[in-house]
Amino acid sequence: MSLLWLRFALGCYFISLIYAFVALTRTSDLFSRIALYAASLGLVFHFVSLTELFLSGHVVWASLHNGESLLAFLSMAFFMLIYAIYQTTSPGVVVFPVVFFLTFVAAVDEQPVLLTQYVSNKGWLAAHIFLIFIGYAALLVSFGASLLYLLQERRLKAKKSTSLISFLPALEVIDQIGYRSLLLGFPFMTLGLLTGSVVAISTYGHLDFLDPKILLSVLMWAVYMLMVFTRWNSGWRGRRAAFLATFAFVAALAAWAANYFSTIHRFAAS
Amino acid sequence: MRFQLIGVNHKSAPLELRERLAIPESRLPDICRDLTAYPGIEEGMVISTCNRVELVTHTTNGTADLRGFLHDHFHLKPEELDAHLYEFRGKDAVRHLFRVACSLDSMVVGEAQILGQVKEAYATARAIGAVRGQLDQLFSRAFAVAKRVRSETAVGSSSVSIASVAVELAKKIFGTLEGKTVFIVGAGKMSELAARHLMGHGCASIFVANRTYERAIGLAQKFNGQAIKFDDLYNSCDRADIVITSTGAPHAIFRREHGEQFLSRRKNRPMFFIDIAVPRDVSPEMGKLDGIFTYDIDDLQQAVTSHVADRSKEAERAEAIITSEVERFEAKIHSLDVVPTIVSLQDHLETIRQAEIDRVRGRLGPLTPEQEIAVEALTRGIINKVMHTPITTLKTAANESEATTVIDVVRRLFNLREKEKESAQAPTKKDKVGTRQ
Repeated sequence: MSLLWLRFALGCYFISLIYAFVALTRTSDLFSRIALYAASLGLVFHFVSLTELFLSGHVVWASLHNGESLLAFLSMAFFMLIYAIYQTTSPGVVVFPVVFFLTFVAAVDEQPVLLTQYVSNKGWLAAHIFLIFIGYAALLVSFGASLLYLLQERRLKAKKSTSLISFLPALEVIDQIGYRSLLLGFPFMTLGLLTGSVVAISTYGHLDFLDPKILLSVLMWAVYMLMVFTRWNSGWRGRRAAFLATFAFVAALAAWAANYFSTIHRFAAS
Repeated sequence: MRFQLIGVNHKSAPLELRERLAIPESRLPDICRDLTAYPGIEEGMVISTCNRVELVTHTTNGTADLRGFLHDHFHLKPEELDAHLYEFRGKDAVRHLFRVACSLDSMVVGEAQILGQVKEAYATARAIGAVRGQLDQLFSRAFAVAKRVRSETAVGSSSVSIASVAVELAKKIFGTLEGKTVFIVGAGKMSELAARHLMGHGCASIFVANRTYERAIGLAQKFNGQAIKFDDLYNSCDRADIVITSTGAPHAIFRREHGEQFLSRRKNRPMFFIDIAVPRDVSPEMGKLDGIFTYDIDDLQQAVTSHVADRSKEAERAEAIITSEVERFEAKIHSLDVVPTIVSLQDHLETIRQAEIDRVRGRLGPLTPEQEIAVEALTRGIINKVMHTPITTLKTAANESEATTVIDVVRRLFNLREKEKESAQAPTKKDKVGTRQ
């Protein structure tokens, strides 16, 4: 049943995905509203799906598909939060495709794959997953905002845009969205890594810093901190900030991908 | 559709003539009263703005002498005035009014002011009863069309002056201008205008620097701002989010190194330079820095030009909307026309009368000519008496907004639906009655 709801959500996300592709070339108020409704409806289905999963009692957040579904849900929720504050759907250009992809992967397969290792501390593990996923979602929005910032900066510098009406919000607004997401995500990411370390230590007795998962996670966190620092200290934005954000995003992707080849933090194939 | 419209606008008449025709607001009610009292005019009102003076009327038979009214009222000789007048009747008058309300006939196509002015003129005329049934319908429709054009086309949505383009760009950078700081470098008319626009959109404080310090003080006082010594320019410029520069300097006064300084002191918060000086005050190199946005006079002018072009493209779409709306309005007015209903009512009763006379004749046998006349007179008299009230009611209703309801009721009471169709197929008959009315 949970999977059925998830597939409904996927259908809704698909509509918003189309918006993400079209929004860059043409501006339509009606279309962005449709995309927003579709995304909201998808979010509701998604919530039902996750709740049902939770109520079924044998929820395993550490399973790959449930993890993907949860991450997609949190990212979409974060997008909605941004919309509630800034009334702009433009971050959807980056968020919608990622959410769609994650939901798609989570919705196609019936059997979730599980973590192989026995984890003693279930509560810490759940906390770790939730915190780090919120951090990921914030990073995703921040990354999206920095790309939109570049785009808007180009448009303003090119001076050619015949019509100044565009789907992009003002430069400073995009900047604020990016910066606030960054600031909000940082404590979650930090706490997520700390709880993860607690889980690892309680399971293995020590932290193996040479494990690719841990190495990449630490790298990602370091870039994240560098972004916050340069922004706070010297107001880096635009090209330099986008460069860092891209780097952090790639590091995050790598850290996620490391699940597939890390020895201590992996989802088994069956 | 016995609308008649006459007037002059910025295209047809020189300013001197428009000045002589212009009517101050306080005198509008009087002229509306005079107009409705003029022979052949049922309803009338006047639109008077700095670019146009127009009389809009609904007439008794579509041939009121509006020129004569203008000559009399403004004491102008025909040779002074007539060459500059335009006059529209019926459908053309409707179209013209729609175009005026939609700001397609304006000097700056798409400007929003005209609609408000027309609305005021309408309210004034309506208050004194110079606008009632037909003109009321016409103007309500015109406002609805203007609203439709505004929402369905972009005819009024882009800025078409340098100052407003500057404001729009500033908003694209900063979102809101609330609390932003403006810096004027070189006190001039243009920069003052741009600054006034920016302040009007919420900018909080203003600095002025000028080679002659006294002029800086003078301008700063106008805006409640602060004058800065020209030598202090580079030290204080980073406090501004928006810099309007228009000095007569032969070389760029803002160069790349200044931009870098400003940005590092501002922690890279963006700055917007509006450079209206020729030669330019801001070097192109500086404009390449991340976080510095420079628009020179050509860039602004280009934006204005492209917006004007956009507007005329949109204006074409607006014209198409108006054409279809004129058709719709004509159809609606037609449906409000009471004449066909009166005709079919008369026909209906006449048929009954004839049938009844024939029936009685069959029973009584041949009548003497005197009897024949008496029966005719009696039956006709009854019918005319019965018909009197419905027909007067219909005729009064024609000038009021409830016309459709009354027409509908009469048709239903006398079961006129099918007769109506027949009379629509016989247009000659309808025309005959039309002239009689």
